[in-house]
Amino acid sequence: MSFFKAENLSIQFGGVKAVTNVSFEVQQGEVFTIIGPNGAGKTTIFNLISLIYPPTSGRITFEGREITGMTPHRVANLGIARTFQNIELFEHASVLQNLLIGRHNHTATRLWQELLFMPSVRRAEIEHREAVEKVIDFLDLQHHRDSMVAGLPYGVRKVVELGRALCIGPKLLLLDEPSSGLNPEETDDMAFWIEDIKKDLGVTVLMVEHDMSLVSRVSDRVLALAQGEMLSIGTSREVQSDPKVIEAYLGKPE
Amino acid sequence: MRFLFKTDYDQDIRLFKDGVQMFWYALLGIVLLALPAVLPEYLMGQMVFILIYAIIGLGLMLLIGFTGQISLGHAAFLAVGAYTEAIMQAKGMPFVVSIVLSAVFAGAAGLIVGLPALRLKGIYLAIATMAFGFIAEEVITRWEHVTGGNSGKQLKQIDFFGIIIDNDTKFYYLALGLVVIILLGMINLMRSPTGRAFVAIRDSEISAQSMGIHLAKYKTIAFTFSAALTGVAGALYGHKLQFISPEQFNLLVSIEMTTLVFIGGLGSFHGAIFGAAFIIALPQLIVFAKDVLPPAIGQQTGLQPTVFGLILIGFLIFEPLGIYGRWVKIRTYFSLFPFYRRGMFKRQKSYMKSDRLK
Ligand SMILES: Nc1ncnc2c1ncn2[C@@H]1O[C@H](COP(=O)(O)OP(=O)(O)OP(=O)(O)O)[C@@H](O)[C@H]1O
Ligand SMILES: [Mg+2]
Repeated sequence: MSFFKAENLSIQFGGVKAVTNVSFEVQQGEVFTIIGPNGAGKTTIFNLISLIYPPTSGRITFEGREITGMTPHRVANLGIARTFQNIELFEHASVLQNLLIGRHNHTATRLWQELLFMPSVRRAEIEHREAVEKVIDFLDLQHHRDSMVAGLPYGVRKVVELGRALCIGPKLLLLDEPSSGLNPEETDDMAFWIEDIKKDLGVTVLMVEHDMSLVSRVSDRVLALAQGEMLSIGTSREVQSDPKVIEAYLGKPE
Repeated sequence: MRFLFKTDYDQDIRLFKDGVQMFWYALLGIVLLALPAVLPEYLMGQMVFILIYAIIGLGLMLLIGFTGQISLGHAAFLAVGAYTEAIMQAKGMPFVVSIVLSAVFAGAAGLIVGLPALRLKGIYLAIATMAFGFIAEEVITRWEHVTGGNSGKQLKQIDFFGIIIDNDTKFYYLALGLVVIILLGMINLMRSPTGRAFVAIRDSEISAQSMGIHLAKYKTIAFTFSAALTGVAGALYGHKLQFISPEQFNLLVSIEMTTLVFIGGLGSFHGAIFGAAFIIALPQLIVFAKDVLPPAIGQQTGLQPTVFGLILIGFLIFEPLGIYGRWVKIRTYFSLFPFYRRGMFKRQKSYMKSDRLK
């Protein structure tokens, strides 16, 4: 049984073939990166995994279970967390609240208990808080704990979003362009975190990324896409030297 | 200015941040309890209306301010509550039971409407709930053998465990008690996972869903609770007016109820209370102003809706956080005095957000 598997995924938006016949497997414990020029269909693959769109054909399995066709919120409950390319945080809530929402799938309290704020709810809240504090320590977010997201600089928001995904306690983490919009220093931090997430937390990472130095630094395997189709799959070095990939990025030599 | 040092996670969970805050709320409680000794009976009647509207405001705040779903049909739930109360009281049901039934029936109506309607978003949801409001008004008018149709229904005074609520002071204490209970329940909900799920849905449905939040379930919970609270308010409203008829639950009432939360300030409990006070006080102020203003303006018909509309527009443009937002600014000004900077509450630049998740 493979950990994560996408088989013959295709999706069309009207006439646009965003993803065509894409198949790949992610092994437990690796960092798997999808690269490709703008509009290649990378984010669309993530949206297919999050069940935001149903695929036109193909299927996705996670730990032997088919997820295509499930109700979308169940994906998180299975242990798949994600971040968004354009950052989708809860703007009018504090960083702490954002991270606590990441704990939603660990909720065990019932509505009537919450209305009365029974001791069990208070205990559960403190447990959630302890779990969240671990993530805060891991990502050095202590200073921003009580800040409203709406006022935070871009780089911090990116880290908060990563933290929120980690609070889910995921087995598989989807990161859509974790370094976009970050300065070189922040990108360096991000690379360290991705390495730690893999090594220390034992979380498998499926990532979309443009920054090739970050890609070669953290990825075990790389998949290159162009115009929705698979070009090449292998180690970062193999993929980067594949003539088809070079052609997709730079155009055909005359 | 004071700093809050936190040494315990429970400090972020408990009702009052610290002793100082608890002191102010205790003081407020004493003032509210002593109010009938100071205010004349007529103003106590107005206070009762404020409390009833505060319950409506809290219900709608849950839906609009915290969950981000609009409704322009809430007068229907007010009606369900009021008529349930009238009918149950006529059947001889004790008040504690009938008011719970008002909440249950209104909540059930909310559930039935919410399930299909909440698939819609924004303006479509507004129109769907508005349509529901029209239907409800029509049903009340036509279903004569139950609702009395256009000739309406009479309500007797509340019998609260043998105490007849026969004046506004008693009514005030009853309504105050209910507001406090409802407020506590809502604060509890909002500091629990369910409340956080509401806020998540309000701010980004797509990422709420990817956090494992079942959108339809939580939206429906919010709508049902909101309808149930409005039902409770409806029951009190019926008793306060002692007579109910279909035209008291029309679209204008729905709109008034919804604007209450916008004026009070979205996303805060204070906002619901401030909004209620404002909605009740405004007509009084306008009546007062009529005598002072030159007759050419003062005697115009439609003065009240116009002023109402202007104030709403004013708030939307200049103070989107409502009366509560204004209050926070004034409070900050005094607590930081003299270090308040003018740009302090300037709206932050929002980062680009796309619906397409590109
Ligand atoms: N909801 C949608 N409706 C219509 N077309 C879409 C939709 N989502 C994506 N597309 C199209 O599918 C193609 C792939 O888009 P996608 O966002 O997956 O690209 P990407 O590889 O993530 O690019 P980038 O590097 O710019 O983020 C594009 O042509 C895009 O316009
Ligand atoms: Mg993309």
